[in-house]
Amino acid sequence: MEKNRTDVTRCKGCGYCVAECPKQAISFGEHMNAKGYLTIVVDQEKCIQCGSCYRVCPDNVFEIL
Amino acid sequence: MKLKAPDRITFNTSGFCPGCGHGVAGRLIAEVVEEMGLADKLITTVDVACGSLHLTDWHFDTVMAAHGRTLVTAIGLKKVRPDNPVMAYYGDGAGYAIGMAETMHAGLRNDNVIAIVVNNAIYGMTGGQMAPTTLPGQKTTSSPYGKDAARFGKPFRIEDAYSGFDIGYLARGALVGAANINRAKKMIRKAFEKHMDNQGLCYVELLSPCPTNWNLAPLKAKDFLLEEMTQHFPLGEFKGGDTK
Repeated sequence: MEKNRTDVTRCKGCGYCVAECPKQAISFGEHMNAKGYLTIVVDQEKCIQCGSCYRVCPDNVFEIL
Repeated sequence: MKLKAPDRITFNTSGFCPGCGHGVAGRLIAEVVEEMGLADKLITTVDVACGSLHLTDWHFDTVMAAHGRTLVTAIGLKKVRPDNPVMAYYGDGAGYAIGMAETMHAGLRNDNVIAIVVNNAIYGMTGGQMAPTTLPGQKTTSSPYGKDAARFGKPFRIEDAYSGFDIGYLARGALVGAANINRAKKMIRKAFEKHMDNQGLCYVELLSPCPTNWNLAPLKAKDFLLEEMTQHFPLGEFKGGDTK
């Protein structure tokens, strides 16, 4: 089930969400976006939809469903 | 729980550096404005600096003011459009250096506008030079050996400068960490509510990391902000808040 939808075209790889996630559900993947930033991936199984990533993200990557 | 960034801010990818706090500030403002149903009425003014990138980032009626004159432009707009909420959005360079006179006189007159000031302790867009808010000992491109507080002064604190003025609301938040960001959103919300209640100048300063010009990785910049910057710029509400 998709809990946390991400738009990684916006991601700039700052890593605030990786550090903020209480369940370590977010990590850096191997995908680079068009701007050349290493983007994040969300483990949908681990996500508890707390919204911390949404709050700290400066680039509006996350949408909690 | 459903969370989605407001449509007014997500139509475009922001032009800010990775880890910059401006993106969070813009989203918080858009959230508050949409929750309060003011999105079609709000008029904003932006400054000539990084904050001006919000011109293409948010869907509000926006005037780009001359450098440092963001707050007075907002005051003028409020005088001719008294029924519209008016917000000035600028940085510490515009507020506490080139626009110091405007900042002080707006406080003195207690003009009925909202001021959102993003403080990153340096001049961001021009390449990270020393500003009035730079911390003692902080290395910048114009103070490579660290700022000498005996020569250039201590960081400028708006709560000290406004201490004798009777303004509507004065608070300082931070744009790192979910708890601080939630608190900052409440401050912005309170500023908008007091503004709609015509209580005078509602001033919210937001501490923002500037990883590019601090020469730190975003997470190191977050630590620097929380450990070093908050020692000189305490967080909280100073005027018009529930707690002292």
